[in-house]
This record gives sequence, C-alpha cells and structure tokens, in this order.
Amino acid sequence: MIETRGLRKSFRSRAGRETKTVDAVRGVNLEVAEGEIFGFLGPNGAGKTTTLRMLATLIEPDGGEATIAGADLRKDPAEVRRRIGYVPQGGSTWDESTAREELVLHARMYGIGKADAQQRASRALDAFQLTEYADRKCKTYSGGQRRRVEIALGIIHEPKIVFLDEPTTGLDPQSRAHMWDEIRRLRRDGMTVFITTHYLDEADALCDRIAIMDNGEVVAEGTPTELKREISGDVVLVGLDLAATPQAAQALDGEPYVNKLETADEGGLRLYVDEGATSIPQVLRRLDQAGLDLRSIELHRPSLDDVFLTKTGRSLRES
Amino acid sequence: MKFARDTWLIFQRQTQLLLRNPVWVFVGVFQPVMYLLLFAPLLKPALNAPTQAAAYKIFVPGLLVLLAIFGGLFQGFGLIAELRAGVIERSRVTPISRLALLLGRSLRDVVSLMAQAVIITLLALLFDLRVFIGDLLLAYLMLALIALMTSAVSYGVALKVKSEDALAPLMNTVAQPVLLLSGILLPLTFAPGWLQAIADWNPFSWAVDGTRALFAGDLGSDKVWQGLTITAVLAALGVFWAARQFARSVR
Repeated sequence: MIETRGLRKSFRSRAGRETKTVDAVRGVNLEVAEGEIFGFLGPNGAGKTTTLRMLATLIEPDGGEATIAGADLRKDPAEVRRRIGYVPQGGSTWDESTAREELVLHARMYGIGKADAQQRASRALDAFQLTEYADRKCKTYSGGQRRRVEIALGIIHEPKIVFLDEPTTGLDPQSRAHMWDEIRRLRRDGMTVFITTHYLDEADALCDRIAIMDNGEVVAEGTPTELKREISGDVVLVGLDLAATPQAAQALDGEPYVNKLETADEGGLRLYVDEGATSIPQVLRRLDQAGLDLRSIELHRPSLDDVFLTKTGRSLRES
Repeated sequence: MKFARDTWLIFQRQTQLLLRNPVWVFVGVFQPVMYLLLFAPLLKPALNAPTQAAAYKIFVPGLLVLLAIFGGLFQGFGLIAELRAGVIERSRVTPISRLALLLGRSLRDVVSLMAQAVIITLLALLFDLRVFIGDLLLAYLMLALIALMTSAVSYGVALKVKSEDALAPLMNTVAQPVLLLSGILLPLTFAPGWLQAIADWNPFSWAVDGTRALFAGDLGSDKVWQGLTITAVLAALGVFWAARQFARSVR
C-alpha cells in the first residue's frame, strides 16, 4: 500500500546570522501492507510528522521515492491526493461551521456531487455518532467530538489509506479508548490506517506493525510482539537494602538462569532472565539460603519503551 | 470546468460564513459613511469647488478606491485564522485547484466590496452626486480589480508570514504611503512637483485618477484606460503570485 525508499527532508532555519540545516528525515524506507494499522512511534521531533506530511503531499521530499496506493508521490501527487485521507494533528475544523457543513464541503472538494456529498455526510455523522450535534457549530463540541468530526472528514471520500497524525493526543482516557475503536472500525471497513503516536501503550495495543523513529531515522520495524521478543527475556527487579545488595549480587551472580545482573545505585538488583515465572522461585530460594531479607520482588516484561531504550540508548518517556 | 466549480465552491463557503456574521456589514459601511458625513462637507471650501456635488465627484471616487485597497489588504487576517484552525491544510490534501482556493476567497472579498460601494454611491446620491450608469459600472470594474489585487496579495503575504503580529505592521507600512501618494483624500493636483513625480510611480494614483475621470463623466480621458490597464495587470500578477503561495506553502 505504501512503499518508500530513502525519503529525505531537511529544513533550513535561521538563528541570528547563521543558517542551520536540520535534517528532519534522513532516508526512510517503509513498507506498509494493505489493511493494516501501521504505527509510527517516536518522541516529539523525531520526524514522524514531517514524514507523514511528505506522504500526504503537503511538503515535497528533498530526495527518495514513494508509491502510495499505487500512485507515485513525486510524479503524480494529484493522484495520491485522490487516494488518501489525512487528518492533521492540530485540528481541521472551523469554529463557525457545523459538522455537516464541513463534511459536505470536504466531500465536494474531492469533486463529489452535491447530493452524493450530503448523503455521505449523513452516513458519516451516523457512523461517528455525531448526528445529534451535526447542525451545531464546531466551537461547541468537546475535544473528542471534534476529533471524530476530523476523522470523518479524512475518510469522507472513502480513501484506500488514511493518515492520522497523533489521533489521540489531548484526549481524556475515555475518548481515547473510543478513538481506538473508531480506528479499528476503519480497518474493518477495508482501509489501511497509518498513525503516528508518541504513546507506547497506543502503539502496542492498536497497531499491527510499528516503525520506531528517532532523530529522522527508522531504528526498528516489526510487530510489537516481534520487537519486544528481540529484547530477549524478562527482567526481575529485586528490592534490597543497600547493605544487603553486594552480598545478594554475589549470591546470584553466576546462577545459570541469570543472563545479566545489574546493581541499582539506591540498592536492589536488576536480573535479566529468559523466563521470569520460573526464575523468581529460584531467586527467592537462593536469597533465603544466603540468609538475606528482601523487600520486594517484581517481574518486568519488556515494553516498547525497552525496545526504544535498546535501540537509541534513551527512554522514550524521558525524551 | 473543474476550476470554475472549485472556485464557486470556495466562494460559496466563504460568502456563507461572512453572511453568518452580519456585523461586517455595519463595520464595513460605518467608516465610509462617517467620511461622507463628517469629512466631505469640509471639501467644498477646501477644494474651492463650485458646488457640494462637485466636491463629492472628487471625493467619492477616492473614498471608494480607499475602501478597495484597505478592504483587500486586511483580508489576510482571516486566512491566518484559517491556517491556524488547519482548514487550509485540510484543503491542500484534497485535489481541489490551488488557484480556486485563492480566487474563491478573493472573489468573496470583491463582492463584499461591491456591496459597500453600492451603498456609498446610493448615499452620495442624496448629496446630489450624479454619475452616468455606464461610467459608474466601469468605475466599479476598476474597484473590483483593485480589491482582487490587494486581497490576493494580502492572502499571499499571510501564507508567507503566518502570523498576525507580522502581517499587521507590514500591511500598515505598505498601506500608508500608498494612501498618501494616491491623492485619495485630496487630489494631487495640489502637490508640489517632487511629490507629484513620486506619485506617478504609485499605481493606485493612476487608479484614483481614472476613477475620478469616470465619475466626472470623462469616459474618453486617457486616464480611464491607463488606470484600468494598470490595475488589470497588477491584479493578474497579484493573483498569479498568491496562487503559487497556496500551491507551495508549507503549513
């Protein structure tokens, strides 16, 4: 559905007298299959939105190629526009218009006739449970309602692919869960969905496949499960007094099930093991034999944040 | 065909939004009416005009050109609000014609200016202004071309600067010398030679002269075709440049 090779974009910014060139996207290769929810995960400023805006024909790439729903991005952006939908991050509705007016107008911008546009608007309002507010001005809507209107706008012309830029940013947890359902529904209706997000749980729960982006490059790509599996095993966190920590480290170091052992500065140990469930009883037994009291023990399954940490050396939460 | 349809679509939408907020009619007409009532009476003695009607023949065309210039130049503010709301970006991902995105908006501005111009002209009739209808229609064409140009340029600049804070001083800086050097308030026939020479380089001064000639019923005057040609060429250039901004603007 989407295939990109070496997509690049740099911006020139002026700070005082100096002109700096910022490489926002440095050669992105992606393949997105038909009918999947593909997630672009990364911290703010990683180049997700720039990539998305290039794919949506809003900015011209400096280099590279892309084929989107069978149309060539560089040679035929007009055809790409006909085949895709795009929902920008910062909103796209006008305060003084109603949802129905916006939907009809947007459909007509795609060349759809008036009667057809009105029917489509009504259907979309129904599907997104907006009929009740359809003829009120957009400025009266809640954040979640407004976001639903914007998504409805993005798909009013039944595109093959829809790009959603940070679709749940700024929504409360309930609206967020609701939005996830809407996005899954888009896929059930046969659309390919491409989202960007900086929420780990969102990428994990919603996306079939993800690409992790950092500093303008894709650093990892795969299904969430695959990516997590790459970081082999689980982590057992053992809580100990500072005084007891060296002894415990000595007792556990060299045990066959411990792949790697780290000491925390404030006391306690991080044990990298293959299988947390079988390792914990052995850890407890060993510490008991050594006569050491432990404060807590915790099993930590690898998250996408750990994937990010391994690939970039930073935690996504910190950046 | 597609282009005409797209332009009509944007024009309709913009007009609908404008009419939804009827305050503009009041604001748009209030100021010129104040000029007409509170400033124009000074002109008969100041211009040494034989009658009040003669003074209005000089002043009303200038006032209308002033409205066309200012009405257009400040349209960019609305566009910046639309940029911020994401409406422009949303339009730019559709296959709609980029020129239509501009022209639909600018034509709305032209039509609303025409409405103002008609109201002002009708009021001036009460003060004994008399104009031949044919001359008046040509004068309106000149006004429409001016408004088309200034509104297009304003939209183009708005897309470039993207902020009200930059647009306001910029437009004021442009508008002030343009206003003073166009002989809008007082005819430049009073001007010393050097001032007259500078004003000759101001296209709006030609537009004002042309409109005044039309109001004076002097259809055959060179100033008429000169004014119309200059404004038509500038309007075409303004629209061409601004449409390119719509096609390429980044955000």
